[in-house]
Amino acid sequence: MIVELGHFALVLALFVSLTQSVLPLVGAARRHPGMMAVAPAAALASFVLVTMAFAALINAHVTSDFSVINVVENSNTDKPLLYKITGVWGNHEGSMVLWVFILTLFGAAVAWFGGTLPPGLRARVLAVQGMIGSGFLLFILLTSDPFLRQIPAPANGDGLNPVLQDPGLAFHPPFLYLGYVGFSVAFSFAVAALIEGRVDAAWARWVRPWTLAAWCALTIGIAMGSWWAYYTLGWGGWWFWDPVENASLMPWLAGTALLHSAIVVEKRDTLKSWTVLLAIITFSLSLVGTFLVRSGVLTSVHAFAVSPQRGMFILLLLIVAIGGSLGLYAVRAPALRGGGLFAPVSREGALVLNNLLLSCALATVFLGTLYPLFLDAVGGPKVSVGYPFFDRTFVPLMVPLLLAVAVGPLLAWKRGDLLGALQRLWVAFAVAGVVILGGLYAVRGGPVLSVFGFALAAWVATGVLVEWADRVRLFRAAPGEVWRRVLNLPRASHGMTIAHLGLAVAVTGFAASGFQQERIAAMRPGDNVPIAGFVLHFTDVGTDKGPNFNADRGTFILTRGGETVAVLHPERRFFPLQQTTTSKTAIHTNFLADFYLALGDPDGKGAWTVRAYWKPLVPWIWIGAVMMAFGGLVSLSDRRWRVGAATRARARGGAAVPVEAGE
Amino acid sequence: MTRKRRRLYLLLGGLTTLGVVSALVLSAFSNDLVFFYSPSELRAHHVPAGRYVRIGGLVEQGSVVHKDGGKAIAFRVTDGKRDLEVQYRGPLPDLFREGQGVVVEGALAGDGTFRAAEVLAKHDEKYMPREVADALKKTGHWQGEHPATVKQ
Repeated sequence: MIVELGHFALVLALFVSLTQSVLPLVGAARRHPGMMAVAPAAALASFVLVTMAFAALINAHVTSDFSVINVVENSNTDKPLLYKITGVWGNHEGSMVLWVFILTLFGAAVAWFGGTLPPGLRARVLAVQGMIGSGFLLFILLTSDPFLRQIPAPANGDGLNPVLQDPGLAFHPPFLYLGYVGFSVAFSFAVAALIEGRVDAAWARWVRPWTLAAWCALTIGIAMGSWWAYYTLGWGGWWFWDPVENASLMPWLAGTALLHSAIVVEKRDTLKSWTVLLAIITFSLSLVGTFLVRSGVLTSVHAFAVSPQRGMFILLLLIVAIGGSLGLYAVRAPALRGGGLFAPVSREGALVLNNLLLSCALATVFLGTLYPLFLDAVGGPKVSVGYPFFDRTFVPLMVPLLLAVAVGPLLAWKRGDLLGALQRLWVAFAVAGVVILGGLYAVRGGPVLSVFGFALAAWVATGVLVEWADRVRLFRAAPGEVWRRVLNLPRASHGMTIAHLGLAVAVTGFAASGFQQERIAAMRPGDNVPIAGFVLHFTDVGTDKGPNFNADRGTFILTRGGETVAVLHPERRFFPLQQTTTSKTAIHTNFLADFYLALGDPDGKGAWTVRAYWKPLVPWIWIGAVMMAFGGLVSLSDRRWRVGAATRARARGGAAVPVEAGE
Repeated sequence: MTRKRRRLYLLLGGLTTLGVVSALVLSAFSNDLVFFYSPSELRAHHVPAGRYVRIGGLVEQGSVVHKDGGKAIAFRVTDGKRDLEVQYRGPLPDLFREGQGVVVEGALAGDGTFRAAEVLAKHDEKYMPREVADALKKTGHWQGEHPATVKQ
């Protein structure tokens, strides 16, 4: 019964979304307040309906309703509750419902917080959201219905792929989708602006917080995916330049560029048509990512089912959404005239450089990811593009970007003083120089590139701190004055400082991978193995029983100078239902370095293959990513975005007829 | 600074960057594309020793030999027609098993054996890498969506 209600709610949501995509558009064109008012109501209604459908699906999984095919194929009564819930999106159908759930969540949020938007703009934005929602609801109902029944119901289900039975599944997909789908708001604003033919500072002020929120979620989502791949043996570590990883990196790069170019629109009323294009590209890449991962053109743990019909449908959605919006852009963008002029050396110029480098980096990732697919599609040889390609294209483009991060914020708007900025950065030059000389001396023929990576990170970090110190007049004003300036600095400014520092921290983590130490040994209980100044003692292997697996559980003692640092328990888990073995690695971290341990096969004569790694500074990758996302959140809390009191007062005091200048 | 001048600067900057990027991409494409072969194709194409390639096929039944106390492994990859001796030292993916699909990345050594730098478990839920399925279809050894060799 609940399943049928969920199904019904989903069908109803489709019709509400269709209404939401048509009536408000007509209303906005004819300036009919009643028809425009349909938009927020429909957005809230479709959110409620999709929530009901999603809840019904979760309920079916939690109660193990094996008359539902989706539950049979992906669940089992033995599965722990956490994986019964997260297993809802651990399959194709359920993950698409999660996608649409988050889409309607954003639609409802725009309707809820968009009270101060001009009614015409709000109606159009929500109409575009409704179109995206209609497309995906249609996709679910026609090709990926999660509510299909099967009579008679089997006694038990097939269970969830053991590699997905991990806490990572609870957070990685939802955050990734919050990011992917969050960019739909920027997209809808861009398309609405193109329909209206008007982009101004106010538009940028509305777009930027949504982009920021989506960007923060995507940053966290990617970082979590990277961490999951890191602690799972055989997934290639924290970044493998796998097409599936690239699919999430592309919208992130475009979103990062968008975040920066929207600042220029807001502050200087220029770069408008570029920003609109970026907003379209960012969400288009989210759709491309969904297509790549969901259509089965790539083989990975993410590709749940290969069905050409689904692939064609998503491809069709892709063509309509991207083709339509770019077509509209081609027609309307020439009308968007830029405002303020600026010299090449200026804050605007620096942000243009940021956009240029990020877009080029994006292009290399795009080429490297899609070229093999293209070649395969036209019947060419099968090739793969791995990390050597990206090391030679993407990484060199990041070097000038990192160099510029320190300089850009020191340049003034309109016309900057490059020489002056570089003079103010003398500390950063000194620090980076010391890191290079000291590092080269310390490693002597070791991983030289890592040293340059450290120097770049030091340059960025020092540069960011110099800018911040300048702003609060640190060491130059009385402490009370400095403190007052710290408090008065806009939150957006603090956010930028934190996010850029996070970038430096993450780069340090990336660069340190050159110093990793590895030890593979066949160990018997009682054996000791030295690694990176530690001694690893193998105590024994016992057996352990989980809810739906049996495990060999190793006990290892890590000591340094005779003192116990950690006791580690790597496991090998055997899932009888799927006849599959997975490794559970054991990691000891002190946030400066990770000690990573995996238990391999027994040789049948009492010895076990043991893999131990010492990975310095690896945790900094995720600390850096969290700092970046936190910086974004701090910036998001800036009072500028807090649905400005000024705007609301103006709306209340103004005429009853909505003002729509520019039309 | 007029609008035209600014546009010129932007254009010049953009074109320069584009040139640099194109050069980077082209040089990387000529060196770093990794071609995928089945063991038969590897022989047919006379791939020289030292060239970095990917090989896909099934791990031949009974061919896995652990060496050096489990630290190294040797096995044969087969597409049903030809097979290839692979030497590997490093972590194996969890789903590596005799009779199952596998993708190895590395280069041929002078002695005709393959030195794998990486053994990949790019499986979907059917436990069969797509490239391997295609390669097996080509040699006529594909046994349907659920080949008996896949399930234990």
